[in-house]
Amino acid sequence: MSMLQVSIYRYNPETDSAPYMQEFQVDTQGRNLMVLNVLEMIKQQDSSMAYRRSCREGVCGSDGMNMNGTNGLACITALSDVVKNDKLVLRPLPGLPVIRDLVVDMGIFYKQYERIQPYLQNDATPPAIERLQSPEDRDKLDGLYECILCACCSTSCPSFWWNPDKFVGPAGLLQAYRFLADSRDTATRERLSELEDPFSVFRCRGIMNCVAVCPKGLNPTRAIGKIRELLLANAT
Amino acid sequence: MVTNITNFGRSGLSDWLIQRVSAVILALYAVFMVGYLLFHPGLDYTTWNGLFAQTWMRIFSLLAFVSLAAHAWIGLWTVVTDYIKPTGVRFTVQIAIILAIFIFLVWGVQVLWGA
Repeated sequence: MSMLQVSIYRYNPETDSAPYMQEFQVDTQGRNLMVLNVLEMIKQQDSSMAYRRSCREGVCGSDGMNMNGTNGLACITALSDVVKNDKLVLRPLPGLPVIRDLVVDMGIFYKQYERIQPYLQNDATPPAIERLQSPEDRDKLDGLYECILCACCSTSCPSFWWNPDKFVGPAGLLQAYRFLADSRDTATRERLSELEDPFSVFRCRGIMNCVAVCPKGLNPTRAIGKIRELLLANAT
Repeated sequence: MVTNITNFGRSGLSDWLIQRVSAVILALYAVFMVGYLLFHPGLDYTTWNGLFAQTWMRIFSLLAFVSLAAHAWIGLWTVVTDYIKPTGVRFTVQIAIILAIFIFLVWGVQVLWGA
């Protein structure tokens, strides 16, 4: 028998006056399962337990959660990566309002994403087929476009915890730089003028929690540094 | 863009630049001071007074004091906006910080150019 002790954050606003931790015993039979597999086994024990999941292979970004203190995607996090002494503690992503159990309200996260206008802007007449880009310019978007918006980075960032309404957060800023770096985008000046206040970009203190937790191995801190360089280069 | 800012510069870019430049000045001043004290083990009042009687040392010191004032204000403004959410309390703390920084700065000038 290899029993895993799982402690899960439970909160149902319709019946519970306060959140609490519930203990579950899961028999993993010694297998190195993914955390999502364990959650599915717990769902068999207690069908009222709520969490988000979809693709179960780290592409959709639905099952971001806090596992033994570290944010990540449950579907691609193996037990051997997080479990210590046969104990696993699962909590919702920190800093966002809890809707129920491990399900959080991502509204403010999406609002910050919307604010950086995450779409290509080009005021030139569109060509007949498509806007061309050299392979070198296309290479500049590597490490930026892969973000799946799982919110693991922004919800591990203290600057985002304290000012989620003002600081764009690592996920939004990575996408802001993705469009600043795009050779086909002509709104660079307008984009930069939206970011030069003391909060939107500059509330980043460079502690790199975002880099440590990103399930896709991306580097928002580097992108934020590049935005600062662009702001400086465009300053008078 | 976030426009409801109570900092003096109201620009994140200038705050960021001031913070970095003032940090370099403070580092130079600190290294100089530690070095001076290490090279003058039996330091007496006359030598110490003589150092601060020179104009370049007064300019260097005042530069460090002004840098410290700016650095402290930007840093503490950031800390206060992070952790103190009620506007009235935050505003009161910010006033106290500004007042303290101003008093220390004027006092510093008085010490440098006083008797």
